[in-house]
Order: sequence, then C-alpha cells, then structure tokens
Amino acid sequence: MPESYITDAMRGAIGTETERRVSYPVSASDIRRWALAVYYPELPPREYIDEDYAAQQPSGGIIAPQEFNPFAWLVAKRIWPEVLPDRLNLDRIEIILGVPGPGLKSGFNGSNEAEYGVPMRPGDVITGVARLAGYSERSGRFGLMLFTTIEDTWTNQNNETVKRYRNTLIRY
Amino acid sequence: MTQTETARTAKVGDTLPTFQRTTGFHNWNRYAAVNDEFVPLHMDDEAGRAAGFPTAFGMGNLQFAYMHNMIRNWTGAEGWITRIGCQFRSVNTRGMTVTTRGVVTAIREGDGTKTIDLDVWTEDDDGNKLAPGTATVTVRT
Repeated sequence: MPESYITDAMRGAIGTETERRVSYPVSASDIRRWALAVYYPELPPREYIDEDYAAQQPSGGIIAPQEFNPFAWLVAKRIWPEVLPDRLNLDRIEIILGVPGPGLKSGFNGSNEAEYGVPMRPGDVITGVARLAGYSERSGRFGLMLFTTIEDTWTNQNNETVKRYRNTLIRY
Repeated sequence: MTQTETARTAKVGDTLPTFQRTTGFHNWNRYAAVNDEFVPLHMDDEAGRAAGFPTAFGMGNLQFAYMHNMIRNWTGAEGWITRIGCQFRSVNTRGMTVTTRGVVTAIREGDGTKTIDLDVWTEDDDGNKLAPGTATVTVRT
C-alpha cells in the first residue's frame, strides 16, 4: 500500500475548474420524470405532475424537486472540458486537470452536501461551474482511500444561485 | 419522542414521519434513467462483489433524494430545504428496505418563518445507519 496517492501535481491542481456547462432549458416533462423516479413505486406529490394544481401552490407553478439534475444525459453547451472523459474512468478528474491520476480501481460516492437558493422552474437554463476543492486520504476497510471533493455552483439565466453542491468521491 | 405530522407544529426532539422504500433494480434503473447514472456497481451484482460488497448497491444520490422526499412530505408546499448533507457510510444492497428518518434538533423563529435544523439519516432493515446527515429547512408560519 502506498503512503499516499496525492502527488504534488494533484495538490497543485486544487482550486482548478473541472467543468463548466450550460443545461438545455428545464422542461415540465424532465421534472415529472425525475419525480416519478425518486418517489417510485408511489406517485409523486401532485405539484410535480399537475400544472394547474401547482399554479395554486405557494410556488405559483411547477418547480423541480430540489435535488433535480438539469445536466443529466446531455448539456446544451459544454464550455470546459470540450470533451468529458469516460465517466467510468476513475481518473477522469485528473484527466480533465491534466495531471497523472492515481489509477485506482474502485470508487463510490462518499458524501453529498447541498445549499439551495431559488427553485428551478420549466424554461430555466442552468449554468454549472465545478472546481476541485481538495484531496484527503485515510485508511479504512479497503486500505488507503483517496477522498476527492468537487464544489459545483449552479446559477440560472438571471444569475441567481440555484445550488451550491459539494460531492466527495472515495477511491481505493 | 413524539412524531410530528407537520413542520409548523414541530418541537425540538420530535421525529419526522419516515420515508421507506424496498430497493433493487426496479428503483435504481428508474433513477439511472433520469440521472444518466448507469454505473455497473448499481446494475450488476458481479460488479458489486468485485468492489467488495455482497451485491450491486443503490446510488447514494437516490438515498439523498429519499431524504429530500421525507422532508418535503413533512413540510408540504410551505417549506424549503436550505441545506442538506450526508455521508454514505454503508451501502444500500439489493433487496434492502431503506428507511429515511429525521429528528428536530433546533428551531429558530422570526420574520414569519420558522427555521428548523434536523438530523437526518437512512438506515437498513436492522436499524443500522447507512447515511447520517443534517439538514436545515425554512417553513412559513
């Protein structure tokens, strides 16, 4: 087991932008399908699937479940990187950063943290800018494990903050 | 502890109504379809075993969504999650019934709103915590 997976090159990349992309306009159908998936097998609350009902709610219309991802599948504009590395490549963050990766074979989601601003509504276009927030490591059940944290800030077409998100990937 | 049915009447120490799902490919495939999260660990028992787990396992993001669902069911349309976070400490293996729980830890009132801090977590069939976390919600009073 190595003493550390974190190289000087990786450490030097902390703070660097890892992704900048612009969503397609959010649609009521996107929201409806998301809600159906996360509430399955029960139907989701009516405010996600019935536009007339939603219009009578405090939101004034359909809004997305807060954890909704407008960047799934395809984005309207990928500003950086121009081509995203294969998502199954566990070194993809370092590939984007242009530094050698640790070459680890397994990984999973270690933690999520989100702060929410204004809601996402049909027609919104969301811009997401992600940065490498840091690396850390510790020994655990799988030996030495590498923790990689990405901070992602989403804004809408009015430059209002929709979400600030921190996700930590564990690799081993 | 008392279970509180709505956020408006909550008191410190109250528990939230749970959100529970028996999980497997029927849930995970639907979530993969909307989040484009087709990862072998979530689709293939062999991939789960190769990574050191007994079966494939569910997405942490879906457990995170279940926490949101529990809170939304509790606050209704008057509420808004302002912050939520959790650590994924154990995996949600195939066939497991995942129960999402929450307890009120603090309440602040002012300007026509109630701000409520929560401990939230998911747990397995035996009550072992999978993903402990915290959240803050605001509710109009």
